[in-house]
Amino acid sequence: MSAVSLTKIVKRFGEYTAVHPMSLDIAQGSFITLLGPSGCGKTTTLRMIAGLLDPSEGEIAINGRRVNDVPIHKRNLGLVFQNYALFPHKTVAENVAFGLNYRNVGKEEARRKVAAALDLVQLPDVGGRYPKQLSGGQQQRIALARAIVIEPDVLLLDEPLSALDANLREDMRVELKRIQQRIGVTTIFVTHDQTEALAMSDQIIVMSEGRVEQVGAPEAVYNTPATEFVAQFLGASNILPAQCTTVSGNELALELPDFPRFAIPRERGPDISQSGPVRLVIRAEKLHLMPAGTSADGILSVAATVENVDYQGQSARYFLRVGDQHLQAINMIEDHPFTTGAQVVLRFRAKDCAALPLEKHS
Amino acid sequence: MGQRQKRRGALWIMSIEAREARQPWILLAPALTAICLLLIVPLMFIVVYSFWLKSAQGADTPGFFLDNWQEVLTDGFYRDILFNTLKISAITTIACALLGYPAAYFIARSKGNKLILLVLLMLPFWISYIIRTMSWINILGVSGALNSALIWLGIIGEPIQMLYNETTVILGLVHFLLPFMVLNIFVSLDGIDTNLEDAAASLGATRWQGFLQVTLPLSLPGLAAGGLLCFVLAAGTYITPVILGGPRDAMFANLVYEAIIRQLNWPLGSALSLLLLIVLGALVLIYNRYLGMAQLAKGLG
Repeated sequence: MSAVSLTKIVKRFGEYTAVHPMSLDIAQGSFITLLGPSGCGKTTTLRMIAGLLDPSEGEIAINGRRVNDVPIHKRNLGLVFQNYALFPHKTVAENVAFGLNYRNVGKEEARRKVAAALDLVQLPDVGGRYPKQLSGGQQQRIALARAIVIEPDVLLLDEPLSALDANLREDMRVELKRIQQRIGVTTIFVTHDQTEALAMSDQIIVMSEGRVEQVGAPEAVYNTPATEFVAQFLGASNILPAQCTTVSGNELALELPDFPRFAIPRERGPDISQSGPVRLVIRAEKLHLMPAGTSADGILSVAATVENVDYQGQSARYFLRVGDQHLQAINMIEDHPFTTGAQVVLRFRAKDCAALPLEKHS
Repeated sequence: MGQRQKRRGALWIMSIEAREARQPWILLAPALTAICLLLIVPLMFIVVYSFWLKSAQGADTPGFFLDNWQEVLTDGFYRDILFNTLKISAITTIACALLGYPAAYFIARSKGNKLILLVLLMLPFWISYIIRTMSWINILGVSGALNSALIWLGIIGEPIQMLYNETTVILGLVHFLLPFMVLNIFVSLDGIDTNLEDAAASLGATRWQGFLQVTLPLSLPGLAAGGLLCFVLAAGTYITPVILGGPRDAMFANLVYEAIIRQLNWPLGSALSLLLLIVLGALVLIYNRYLGMAQLAKGLG
């Protein structure tokens, strides 16, 4: 039985449709991420699951029980907000104990549970303090403790790391994943940050303009984007117009201006069924720059000119020109980065490319 | 050479700091002058007046007499009116709080049209307070709207005298002071993150429990600030009882008016007004002790 299942839910605000029919099954204990830019409907979806918004159509079930008409306070969900939403007039311990007050938990047991939750988030000694006396990262840990102490059926996290600064965000990411695995609660995480999504999730649901673009494991979503949007949104991708000349049993033969002819494995373009114009996707970090004149070694290569360099310390982003086309490449720097105007050879592997049909609507 | 340059640099920095330290005083000077001349100095005059004595001939006798203070503090008449004034102010404040809180909550939680609602709230201030108070005569008077309607409906045969009693005084005060209360509560409610109520609900509290546990305690400073403002303004009111009260509904400010304007007894009027100032000042101090003036400033802003 799925922990959460959405059946064709739709959310409309007046004329505007925030979420188009969306169906989803979330397995018990899994960590799934709704990923997308702001306004893609991810938070709206989360708020419908939480019971803060009513779906215009469709059905929401938690542990097999239809909850459309169950008010939020009876859904037994843990909710963590971007801005922590701790009660400023209550101490940390009172904050964490808040949900237990509505659950027939004895005083002694409540105290024990609060202590255990504070231990779990590694802040055992702050129970007597007020939220304002804690740092942002600590406040978010308390918010997490408050959400999990009630042993929720589902933990809903609405951009919980976005208000933290970069270093802390990475620590909290690891911490959050550790806690989630420890207690094994089904978790729905909303973020616009692809790194968070890739690092933490069992499944990523990429959304755009109220529609699901792709559902899959982080690696699948990253390596085989189903749509141009997914290719663009996760990491830096080059999307080039190409001609598919032949579709054979296990290969797609492609022609691109200024590139040598090459073929990619059939599974790298699962939606291409016939020859014709397609789009070729190749990730910026899969294009390797070599000094001009490096022998091809049987690897695909194409001559290019460096137009601009964005130096990032351990790596550099190169803006390149191949014939009339502009490409990006992100390479680790070994000695010195290539300079603007350098003639280089771009090498890439055919199996790192993916082909998308010209028009693809999910 | 280098040292001298450094020293000159330090002098330069100091003069900037000195100028910056002076700047607020320069900006405040006109207001401080006005307050000093129009508030502090007249208040001093009143303090001095309160110790003078009005002689039988009608001329004021300068000096240090405690007669006025003795009269003001011991005469049961003044004491009764003072307590009645405080009672009316308290009832008005409570009524404003009960009526104002839901309205303020509605405005603070409404999306998009908050500004329009606030403008509507301020709209009555465009009409003179006296006109607004007198409008009740057209509504509740013997030939007013309510009596006419009741007679037309056949519920009563003769018009009822509804005006000129304590209730209509309170009604007029509530009418006048409600926007102040709503604004103060609105400001504190508007500053409360709506996610807090959602968080409380997700933890198992009903909307009402969440309100009692989270929103209400967090909005108490605004409620208290609005309460203080309403109470002080109500206790100092003078027009409302004149227009809507009967002969027995005088409030403390009316006594001051009587003493100074009718009886030309400036010393007694001064002592009376200082007594009210001291009582209300004590209330403000108690408020400040527990809640601080910052909240009041927020509500007025």
